[in-house]
Amino acid sequence: MRKVWDIHGGVHPPENKQQSMQQALASLPLAPELVLPLNQHIGKPAIAIVAEGDTVLKGQLIAKADGPISANIHAPTSGTVSGIEDRTLPHPSGGSGPCIVISSDGKDTWAELDACENYQTLDHNTLLEKIRSAGIAGMGGAGFPAAIKLNPRGNLKIDTLILNGTECEPYITADDTLMQTRAQEVVAGAQILAQLLGNPKSILIGIEDNKPEAIRSISKALSEVENNPIEVVSFPTKYPSGGEKQLIQILTGREVPAGKLPADVGVVCQNVGSTVAAYRAVRFGEPLISRITTVVGEALEIQRNIEVPIGTPIGYILEQHGFTAANVSRLIMGGPMMGFALNTADVPVIKTTNCILAPSRAEMPAPPPAQACIRCGMCAEACPASLLPQQLFWYSMAEDLDKLEAHNIADCIECGACSYVCPSNIPLVQFYRASKGAMKQHAIDKEKSDRSRARFEFRQQRIEKAEVEKEAKRAARKVAAEAAKAKLAAKQASEGDSPKTDDTADVVAAAIAKAKTQDISPEVQLAKLERALSSASSRLDRTLARAEEAEGEKKDAILARVKDAELKVSDAKNKLAEFQARENG
Amino acid sequence: MIELIIQYPVLAALLAMVGLSLVFGAVLGFAAVKFKVEGDPIVEQIDSLLPQTQCGQCGHPGCKPYAEGIANGEAINKCPPGGQTTINAIADLLDVEAPTLDEEHGEEKDLPTVAYIREDECIGCTKCIQACPMDAILGAAKQMHTVIIDECTGCDLCVEPCPVDCIDMLPLESTLGEWKWSLPPRSETLALNIIASDRKAHSEASA
Repeated sequence: MRKVWDIHGGVHPPENKQQSMQQALASLPLAPELVLPLNQHIGKPAIAIVAEGDTVLKGQLIAKADGPISANIHAPTSGTVSGIEDRTLPHPSGGSGPCIVISSDGKDTWAELDACENYQTLDHNTLLEKIRSAGIAGMGGAGFPAAIKLNPRGNLKIDTLILNGTECEPYITADDTLMQTRAQEVVAGAQILAQLLGNPKSILIGIEDNKPEAIRSISKALSEVENNPIEVVSFPTKYPSGGEKQLIQILTGREVPAGKLPADVGVVCQNVGSTVAAYRAVRFGEPLISRITTVVGEALEIQRNIEVPIGTPIGYILEQHGFTAANVSRLIMGGPMMGFALNTADVPVIKTTNCILAPSRAEMPAPPPAQACIRCGMCAEACPASLLPQQLFWYSMAEDLDKLEAHNIADCIECGACSYVCPSNIPLVQFYRASKGAMKQHAIDKEKSDRSRARFEFRQQRIEKAEVEKEAKRAARKVAAEAAKAKLAAKQASEGDSPKTDDTADVVAAAIAKAKTQDISPEVQLAKLERALSSASSRLDRTLARAEEAEGEKKDAILARVKDAELKVSDAKNKLAEFQARENG
Repeated sequence: MIELIIQYPVLAALLAMVGLSLVFGAVLGFAAVKFKVEGDPIVEQIDSLLPQTQCGQCGHPGCKPYAEGIANGEAINKCPPGGQTTINAIADLLDVEAPTLDEEHGEEKDLPTVAYIREDECIGCTKCIQACPMDAILGAAKQMHTVIIDECTGCDLCVEPCPVDCIDMLPLESTLGEWKWSLPPRSETLALNIIASDRKAHSEASA
């Protein structure tokens, strides 16, 4: 017997697992319409690659992963794409998002699959690619794309692979059913994952001791394997042992540091459902298009586990199980601890839907109103992450994000054990969820405002620089103009001097100058100068009029233009006077 | 030396004091040069709390000048884009009572907005480009302009200069990824006394 460790806190809610285990795993007749949200996983939504009206086959790729943290989506049955539109999503917000809607043709015709019998000989990248392209996203409920976890950064040495068959939440028995009915596939999947991770030293399948059947069937499957390196570890039932970090601590005694990943302590953890999906992807080329879901609750006539195509509307499933809408207190996707209430049954099953819970009012009454905190400290005793829920609660009420961060709210796994034990019925975990959201928003706002500041400052600098350059150019022009004037004056002076000298060159130059001045008659020159003067002065008038109208920053610009015009007028006047003086003199 | 001190105790004491003050003065002078704080740190801190929309609704040409204004004793409730959250944060920093937003400078928006140019109406005058403090408008003379949504702070400054009024301020669409849980509604008992032993707070509230 392998040593197991204990985690801090935890609770023992009524298990309620027997209701759904009375009947064998079943499947439903195909729903007429399947709705596939483009974002069923953590990360970027997939990009649809089919169009309305396209015919698709079962298993055909219909939406492609957008980047590494995303997952492919495949058609769960054959039929036509009847639309790509916004539908209500199974999401706590009750919001809607883009979905591919497939009308099934009832034939369930498979696309050609890339099966592979001797997958043991495949190299690492081919295997990983097969798993990635199958669109497997963590089926325990988190929905993190499986291929990423199976390809840890190069410098990390993985010595332990853990398959999570804990399923610690009450009511849910999907993984239990899977391990009982598909033990061989779980084992074969474990071998594939081990191969991918370079055959880690220990390969553990963690199962809580309230699932003896599952433990027995997995052990039996393992006994059939030669040189079996895989070990089943059972440990005492306690919620939330199935949390990734909690399970790692229970099985290895290692604690995943805050803000780090399991791979940082040499562990990779995968859900058993994802493991089976990986096996089917590699062995048969089957993408993830169906999953086992627990349908349970007293508002249903039939409570059992079903293998259901992804995209099947929950309303359709409930209908098949004798659902009485009048009896249900609220419809929940996921378990009673971490699941969320659905506003409508008109949402589909997605890759992470492990349970559909339809409890009656007697079974799950509305929560009583919250009372004041009596500082009993039971929440702190129950917290599996060893946080201080009371403090977090007060700071959440005060919306003091700095203090929340200092009290490590980021390490809260939102398991709800604190709310469960609270004698004052305070919905503690709701406060933490809201505060985590607020912190995320604050971080985004902060980043945006920092970027805005940088952009604004850069713009200011650029404008200043442009201003300085303009000024420099203006100064350069002024210098050039003065130099030209001086040259002209010198030339004129030399013209005046030329007759006195005997230099032939000067005589020639003087002759040319004389010829030039003779070309244009004095009358023409006079008219030209007068015209220049009048146009300059009219321009001045115009700009002055505009300056009166303008306001603010623009006024400065126009005033500068006025000055310019004034300069031109005086220049024209000077020239005219000079010319007249020359003519007269 | 000792004889001298004994002979003229007052003078010796005076000398000692002068000597000490010279030494300390030198040390302080050196420290003032060596550990000089660039700029006014409080201005930086206030600036980091302001929303950096650079909208000028406070009457300053940008957020930094307003931060300087606040550091010089100006009212802290002149920033509509930041709203009550920003006022509270600055009040917290400066350790003063948080006032409510001064409506004279504008109202707090419920949703963040961004500018949107109706592109077929745009005549390409570049006036909005010059007005944008963020350089978030892209375009050239006689070419259609468009707003880079990610950089737009929703400051409104581009709306007024547009000669054809083709700029709208639209609420920023939120995606499901940005959705977050909201705080649970506070039941009366919870709002009045967070801790059951808060008798004082309770009696005050009920009084």
